[in-house]
Amino acid sequence: MKQDSSILSFLNNNETRAIAFQVITLLIIAFVFYSGISNLIFNIEAREIHTGFSFLSNRAGFDINESMIAYTPEHSNLRVFYVGLINTLVVAVVGIIFATIIGFIIGIARLSNNWLISKLAAGYIELFRNIPILIQILIWYNMALLTLPSPRGSFNFFDSIFINKRGIYVPEPVIETGFVWVLIAVVLGIALTFLMKRHFKQKHSKTGVYTHTIGYSIGLIFGLPLVVFFLLGSPLHFDYPALTGFNFKGGRTFSPEFLALAVALSVYTATYIAEAIRSGIEAVDKGQKEAAAALGLTQTQSLKLVVLPQALRVAIPPTINQYLNLTKNSSLATAIGYPELMSAFGGTVLNQVGQAVEILGMTMAVYLVISLFISLLLNIVNKKMSIKGQ
Amino acid sequence: MAVYEQQELRKPPISQVGIVRWLRVNLFSSRVNIGLTLAALYMLYIIIPPLLNWTIFDANFNFGEFSIFGFEFGEVMATNTNCGRSAACWPFIYEKFDMFIYGFYPRDLVWRVDSVFAMTAMLFVIVRLVRNRKGSAKILLTTFVVFPIISFYLIAGGVFGLEEVKTHQWGGLTLTLVIASVGILVSFPIGILLALGRQSNLRVISFFSTIYIEFIRAVPLITILFMASFVLPLFFTGGVDFDKLLRALIAITLFQAAYFAEVVRGGLQAIPTGQYEAADAIGLNYVQKNALIVLPQALKISIPNLVGSSISLFKDTTLVLIIGLMDMLAMVNMTANDINWLGRETEGFVFVTMTMWIFLYSMSRYSKKLEVRFSTDHKN
Repeated sequence: MKQDSSILSFLNNNETRAIAFQVITLLIIAFVFYSGISNLIFNIEAREIHTGFSFLSNRAGFDINESMIAYTPEHSNLRVFYVGLINTLVVAVVGIIFATIIGFIIGIARLSNNWLISKLAAGYIELFRNIPILIQILIWYNMALLTLPSPRGSFNFFDSIFINKRGIYVPEPVIETGFVWVLIAVVLGIALTFLMKRHFKQKHSKTGVYTHTIGYSIGLIFGLPLVVFFLLGSPLHFDYPALTGFNFKGGRTFSPEFLALAVALSVYTATYIAEAIRSGIEAVDKGQKEAAAALGLTQTQSLKLVVLPQALRVAIPPTINQYLNLTKNSSLATAIGYPELMSAFGGTVLNQVGQAVEILGMTMAVYLVISLFISLLLNIVNKKMSIKGQ
Repeated sequence: MAVYEQQELRKPPISQVGIVRWLRVNLFSSRVNIGLTLAALYMLYIIIPPLLNWTIFDANFNFGEFSIFGFEFGEVMATNTNCGRSAACWPFIYEKFDMFIYGFYPRDLVWRVDSVFAMTAMLFVIVRLVRNRKGSAKILLTTFVVFPIISFYLIAGGVFGLEEVKTHQWGGLTLTLVIASVGILVSFPIGILLALGRQSNLRVISFFSTIYIEFIRAVPLITILFMASFVLPLFFTGGVDFDKLLRALIAITLFQAAYFAEVVRGGLQAIPTGQYEAADAIGLNYVQKNALIVLPQALKISIPNLVGSSISLFKDTTLVLIIGLMDMLAMVNMTANDINWLGRETEGFVFVTMTMWIFLYSMSRYSKKLEVRFSTDHKN
């Protein structure tokens, strides 16, 4: 039999083909990028749009009604970026905290042996999970504007928290000199608690005598800073909101936009967290509970030492993913005008400056970093939680 | 010999049978449960009656005069003023119904949209009839290719003597469904390619696929929609003035492809390596191996997740409101700005929410059903 000519066998070689395919792909991608970007540059020049990041230092010229850091229209566009970023983080953190609490409660209620409670939890999940989050944000926002009273008729909680059409007013802590010692005391308290716990754990494994540590922990973490606080003569006071004329002055204000966004994000995300918690608990084998009971563990011990650690291993990764989704969904504030990153920077600044490539690039980069950070967190958690010896 | 008579059986205690037992076990089994039940009942008492009053009992259902078999019913249709503010005004929805469903689509051409709806219903029947028959794959594949093309030309017009309807006139539920179906149909093949690319042994291809998927999944859809609105036209010569709807469709397709890719990748990873090796052993090339051996199995196990991902896409279609498309949600403000119906946003929101909810709930039930049908473990 005649051998294949060397050129054919070269062409049929898997390795050659692999290299050829990759080179072709690379060329196509390079071509698309090249033509796209050269068109982009041409169009940008033709439309006389500025390029580069010098716009960041320009005067912003518009006001933002809600900011954690000092901001006036005289500040730069970069400052708007920071204001938006901080607002995004604030609403994300608030949303995550409430979503976790609601989700945990609903998830456990879903498994309750009380028929009514379990059905109510199921109803909550099916109702809120199947309504798009944007509709929920708009509904809560409209409800807040329609049903909340005017400043004069505010809902009043202990003369310190007021809720009305213009938002929620809470006392703002004002820090005085010396407060840093209280913070140091908190850190010290937490460190001492760890040491104490380790000590009693060692004692438990050596002698079998179990000591309840909850009292010591509370004393160290809360008591110690409190003692320091009063010894220093209370270096912290609250600035209370008060009605002056037609509006409230003082304190910190959260707008109705913030309220609507935070409520919608928590209520929506909680449905997913509830499902994660439920599937986590259901994933724990019945034998585990029976074995715990056979060992003579009490109901609480069994839950704390046997069931929850295994349930959380299943429940935590999807929950962390939901935290990322919540943060990404906070960008929908654009629809109601809460000045977070996408709305203040990707919306208002973009309209004024028109440099879409740079502004949207920066906005996307922020979400990319947040997402990378959360993936990193997820990897660490997964590593910590993976079953040893598997 | 003593005669033993069977005594009448004693009835089980009332607390152990029927509704009483059910109540005891399910609602009042312990002190905590009694408290929880009462609290839940109180909560329902607070929420449900006002809700029913607003939507039904106090609401206005005065849709105008109509006659059945010559009998006259109803009065003159209610207007915004004689509706009152404390309860729902359903005549508003009745009058604006066409807006919510068709947007600004020319009223005399609406039959074309309706026939697409009718064809969609028929499609479901066909799928049910043909399923599990011989050659069903070919029929289904043809239907799924032909049907969207016919639908598109019916809605858009401009051919076969059909009057053209510009995309800015599309709106309401029609637009929502158009975006969702185009998004799903176009992004699905791209998603498969991306998934194969990510799993590929070719470094360059898997590198770019991974970068694309991870980047898209890390950013919110709204940033991509903005990119498509503001930046995409700049990528083409002459700064083509793109159709607004087309921009949104490109953004949503590119976005959804990354999510589909991850779902398909999950399916690919579940295929045992033996399948790949067997395909190699019988001498199939890469395309044959994937098209005939790997993908049919991988896609089958990913069907429930594909439906799940489509549900997310359906929810995400509402975002096009932010870049100025007139979808169903946008109609809420649009209709409530009508001078005759000022301030009826609430009714609009309730109607849109209910419509979306029915779609999404049925889809999620369907996906649960599929999950059970396709599950191959023997837990249940």
